Amino acid sequence: MNVVPLHRSVRRAGQVNVPKITMAHGGGGKAMRDLIDDVFVSAFDNEALSALDDQARFELAALAAHGDRLALTTDSYVIHPLHFPGGDIGKLAVCGTVNDLAVGGAKPLYLTCAVIIEEGLDVDILRGIAASMARTAREAGVAIVTGDTKVVDKGACDKLFINTTGIGVIRTGIELGAHRVRPGDAILVNGLLGDHGAAILNARGDMKLSTPLASDCAALHGLIDALLAAAPGTRFIRDATRGGIATVLNEVADASQVGIEIDETRTPLREEVRGFCEILGLDPLYLANEGKIVCAVPPEEAEAALAALRAHPLGREASIIGHASGDRPGRVVMHTVFGGRRIVDMLVGEQLPRIC
Amino acid sequence: MKYVDEFRDPEKAKLLLKEIHALAGGLRAGMQRPLQIMEVCGGHTHAIFRYGIESMLPDAIELIHGPGCPVCVLPMGRVDDCVTLAEHPNVIFTTFGDAMRVPGSKKSLLQAKSEGCDVRMVYSPLDALKLAKDNPDKEVIFFALGFETTMPSTAMTVLQAEREGIRNFSLFCNHITIIPTVKAILDSPELTLDGFLGPGHVSMVIGNEPYAFIAEHYRKPLVVAGFEPLDVLQSIWMVLKQLDEGRCTVENQYSRVVPEDGNAVALDAIGRVFELREFFEWRGLGSIDHSGVRMRAPYAQYDAERKFAIKSIKIADPKSCQCGEVLKGVIKPWECKVFGSACTPETPLGALMVSSEGACAAYYQFGDVEKIHQKRAAS
Repeated sequence: MNVVPLHRSVRRAGQVNVPKITMAHGGGGKAMRDLIDDVFVSAFDNEALSALDDQARFELAALAAHGDRLALTTDSYVIHPLHFPGGDIGKLAVCGTVNDLAVGGAKPLYLTCAVIIEEGLDVDILRGIAASMARTAREAGVAIVTGDTKVVDKGACDKLFINTTGIGVIRTGIELGAHRVRPGDAILVNGLLGDHGAAILNARGDMKLSTPLASDCAALHGLIDALLAAAPGTRFIRDATRGGIATVLNEVADASQVGIEIDETRTPLREEVRGFCEILGLDPLYLANEGKIVCAVPPEEAEAALAALRAHPLGREASIIGHASGDRPGRVVMHTVFGGRRIVDMLVGEQLPRIC
Repeated sequence: MKYVDEFRDPEKAKLLLKEIHALAGGLRAGMQRPLQIMEVCGGHTHAIFRYGIESMLPDAIELIHGPGCPVCVLPMGRVDDCVTLAEHPNVIFTTFGDAMRVPGSKKSLLQAKSEGCDVRMVYSPLDALKLAKDNPDKEVIFFALGFETTMPSTAMTVLQAEREGIRNFSLFCNHITIIPTVKAILDSPELTLDGFLGPGHVSMVIGNEPYAFIAEHYRKPLVVAGFEPLDVLQSIWMVLKQLDEGRCTVENQYSRVVPEDGNAVALDAIGRVFELREFFEWRGLGSIDHSGVRMRAPYAQYDAERKFAIKSIKIADPKSCQCGEVLKGVIKPWECKVFGSACTPETPLGALMVSSEGACAAYYQFGDVEKIHQKRAAS
């Protein structure tokens, strides 16, 4: 740990003894400190946080030992429902920010955690989610070092919103960017697509489909380390979250002014997700993922990259789904399973189920 | 996926395409223009674009994407009525997902929801009926739309509401019927169509007989088609075969789903609950006689049009919009003056840009328009 502890905390930790969050827990007084102690400080368990100062402090030299550039990212998590098959909002809030750092080639180091809580939320739910964040952070090797707590009136937010900001350090020599892709580069994904989007839609319960769909929510920095070690010439990595791989591919095609051709038969999909999309008339290319990357690798490193991804537990179903080309810059074209060809464009608005 | 992948087999497609190329080549030789085949149903349009079928067909065949997307052809005035209903403080307004985005003259249901209206997406009218049971103090209105495909489920829901004595449930009925619309297209003086792919799902309900006049009176072949890509290819082949042999009949490619006489139970439910309107307004096509249904008088208490004051103001399509000509196959979507400029999926002016099943939106989203331009420039 290279966060600077200012002093060892000697005060007694507070406790919440009521079952539900009230406005008092955001009031700035003892109730709020009890909540922070009981729920967050105890779960996240590190000295920088338990000092309860207004900021976490870092030794620059210790950061610089990891690389030569600082990476900073932020994301807010507002998912409904809070718990879903494969994860919960806490796990998501850690993995999402860790991944946003890792896809830039950064080693994720520190996170913040700011929560906005709706009055009336069960304290136990909050404890469970904080524990989930702590567990996920520990597994990902990052520390949650500072935070903020707000409580709002009932109806002013949906149960719980979390923002996490992350700091990481980019290793010397790693240069990744959406504008760096060249014709001929191979386009890879690390596994089955659309699991998260389908699981969330299903968990909302409107369809009541009894399928084993679960979110793929996972921290991907280890997988990305393995990829970059095997294919140091990797041009670009992005996690394909909202908007799915279709959106990422369009952004790359546009930024690099290349065409991208993908092959539907090589696009890995779980049977359940295919079935789910068939029933609702959704396109899995636009479904959100929380544990999937799209990357572009020079052709001579493509096989090494694929092997490295497949050797990692989070990349067993990795696939080279297509390649960049000099034809039709800015366009993504899919060769369909049926032998036809179609454009894969950016989604306009939200995907909505079709009537018939 | 069993019973699905079998109908997406690229090897079988190659065999069919070979025959389609041969037949189309022979037919085209005797004509001044490409063969024009209309798929009536939006579900077919979706499959054609989803699988890139158009890119596989010979240049001698032009697919004309017909009026069968119920979301697209909804007139703006009716969307305004939906918003008015949704704005009632005591109303939960329920709708299929893809109708949420259809623009009215001022706003869509999605925008109304963002302004605080209680608009909810449902997957079936039964979901709406359940909401009515769960919220006895509210009036739950279901936005009923679609062709004969969705009519039976709406009718059955009304019958169930009646049986269970549920009073706080009603329909805003915008169901439309396909036959008068096809007839209107066939009566158009600019028409050059050579054959039709008939709507499989509608036919599952109404059977094949209602199309007989198309073959007998208008002398056009029609093949009732399924929705998997091989279904579409085989149906195109069947239309070409008829043209090649100089026949005009109604044939059923989708016999695994479509019974010759339709579904008697579904037709009975439709007949009990609905009756034809004198005319109904279509976006892009204007008013068409007997092309919509309303609820029969005994079910007035389930009719939102009778329960609430609805203005139903007719709002004309924008002048620059050429949807009607696209629907009839007179021009292709990208030949419309406003395609992709003033009219895009974000800001649709015309019906066909509204839903992903509309021809213009499909071209805009999936179509290889640049390739088509290149091909045109080269020839």
